[in-house]
Amino acid sequence: MTLKDLVPRRNGFRYNFAFIDEGVKKEVRRSLLKAVALPGHQVPFASPELPIARGWGTGGLQVTMSVIGPKDVLKIIDQGCDGSVNAVNLRKLLVATTNVRTTFDSREATVLQSRHRLPEIPLRADQIAVLQVPLPEPLRLVEPSEVETRRMHSEGDYARMWVSLYEDVVQNGSISLTSGYPVRVNDSYIMSPSPLPRWDLPLLHGSEHLTLLGAGREKRVYAVPPHTSVQPLEFEDMPFTVENFSGMTCARCGSSGTFLDEIYDEKSGQASRVCSDSGFCDLVREGAIPRRGRRAHG
Amino acid sequence: MGYVAVQGGVTAIENSQKLNRYLRLKGASAPLQVSQIMEQMGPLVDRVMSEGGLFSPFHAALAVKQASGDPTEAAFLLRAYRSTLRRLVDSIPVHTEEMRIVRRISSAFKTIPGGQVLGSTSDYEQRILDFSLAEETTETQQQAVTEFEAGLEDMHDLLEPVHFRKVVEMLRDQGLVPPVPPSPSGEPTDITQESATFPLERSGRLQMLARAETGGVLALAYSSMRGYGSIHPTVGELRVGRVSVQIPHPWRKASALTLGSVSITEVEIVASVQPAEDEARPTFTLGYGACFGHNEVKAISLGVLDRAMRSPSPHAPAEDQEFVLLHTDGVESSGFCSHFKLPHYVTFQADLDRLRTQRAGEE
Repeated sequence: MTLKDLVPRRNGFRYNFAFIDEGVKKEVRRSLLKAVALPGHQVPFASPELPIARGWGTGGLQVTMSVIGPKDVLKIIDQGCDGSVNAVNLRKLLVATTNVRTTFDSREATVLQSRHRLPEIPLRADQIAVLQVPLPEPLRLVEPSEVETRRMHSEGDYARMWVSLYEDVVQNGSISLTSGYPVRVNDSYIMSPSPLPRWDLPLLHGSEHLTLLGAGREKRVYAVPPHTSVQPLEFEDMPFTVENFSGMTCARCGSSGTFLDEIYDEKSGQASRVCSDSGFCDLVREGAIPRRGRRAHG
Repeated sequence: MGYVAVQGGVTAIENSQKLNRYLRLKGASAPLQVSQIMEQMGPLVDRVMSEGGLFSPFHAALAVKQASGDPTEAAFLLRAYRSTLRRLVDSIPVHTEEMRIVRRISSAFKTIPGGQVLGSTSDYEQRILDFSLAEETTETQQQAVTEFEAGLEDMHDLLEPVHFRKVVEMLRDQGLVPPVPPSPSGEPTDITQESATFPLERSGRLQMLARAETGGVLALAYSSMRGYGSIHPTVGELRVGRVSVQIPHPWRKASALTLGSVSITEVEIVASVQPAEDEARPTFTLGYGACFGHNEVKAISLGVLDRAMRSPSPHAPAEDQEFVLLHTDGVESSGFCSHFKLPHYVTFQADLDRLRTQRAGEE
């Protein structure tokens, strides 16, 4: 039996295991190995078109398609949620072309693909996080040219980035950058941590798990290997802070130490808060894990 | 997960797809046949093949049907299909002097060796809505075809391939345009096999332009023609026709195997004078554009942009490689534009938190 035999036929046609051609997978894996060897460095890759639109997760999808095997257990979330339409759509494509088992419980997943969030429960060494990245270049803030930003990275020339943060503090009283806050990886490259909220950055620092980041449209992959330092850019007298949810609790599970989305009741317009990580929230409601009072990390 | 506004997941997506299909089919008219699109919507099929980067009129017409006529969406379908195809072999470079021409014009000279061949064009048509088309029937269709064919003295006049020397070669003979630069050594860049890095070689630039979205390259080329640049193009030659696709023969060395032919549009733009350098005398400069199918506006735009991107001192947007090439791919730009419809709850929550913190004057 070959891997391709695991793929169900669709309209009499059978795509390759995990859709893309084996030659393409090999190229993505080579680029990923380079990315792991150079934490935070953006490695170019060919990034052929997928049946999903550019900007909708094609980078993450190609990474997942290149690393997934028939025994993997897959979880896909979008903004923390398994049920979000795009997560459902990407899961459907991957299941149709791999037949792998899927889960909503982040603890069961071996490959976890996500857009804009990491799960609240820190991942383990036997799990891989794949993040979908729209704009991989953190220096794009200060420099539109790709030739120039690549030079800046290779020379460690980050002066303009620091000046822009300083100017931000002068004008706004603090650093206004929110999601995708720039970080320094392994004391070397400055990296854009996909648009993760500030809240998730401590989960990347010195983590047990491997994080692979894929930007399909911009054709770049990069990585944060386990046990690698990930430091948000900050000034000595202006320390980095995460989103402030103090005094708020989730209206569904009662947790207070999670990233909380603000929702408005369709009828009354009343605001309330719920966990952005729907899998975590459901586990608490089922009684599978205790309600969180305060976050253990970060 | 009952609280995610855009959800419902599987059922919602399936219902939405059913609705699409229903809206396409609910009218009383007969289902559109792929052959009708291939035969009666040539320029649309050509545009989709060009932007989709795959020469296959059938697959392009099928994509047009599936996309309900949206060219960007159809090009996207074709590109995704292309990703599943195995690459077998590199073809041998095409010599366009050997193109079997169906249309060929020069706006540089009134008469050219071989003559101007107007071919099929709507350039000189008055754009008046033709209401008789609303009444077209199989009978009127057959009548028009028979009348046209009867009017031809010899059907071969229309079908006979014609080969002409290029207009630009005449200028080159006189030293008025620079000699053909030596072919770069090594393999040409292939941006479908590796991501483009800048500065990008000309082979890669021309490849990206060939797959670019027609409206996108038109807008940037127009900016250069109109005032944000100084190209002042003259169409040295515009050719439309078919060229043979050949591959190296698998076992007979130094001989080639012809697989078939593709239709292309090719343009050579004669542009502003390049001032004398060292001992060389001043010459015109050239811009080159080529794309699949019959798409003259695109080919001319490509020629203008190719020339603009080689400006010795770039200052206008159309002269900046990165600006032109990274923003004219229709599949990429439309995909990214539409991704903003995805939920951004977490990122917006992070924005809200930051704004509230700053309004409260704390950190």
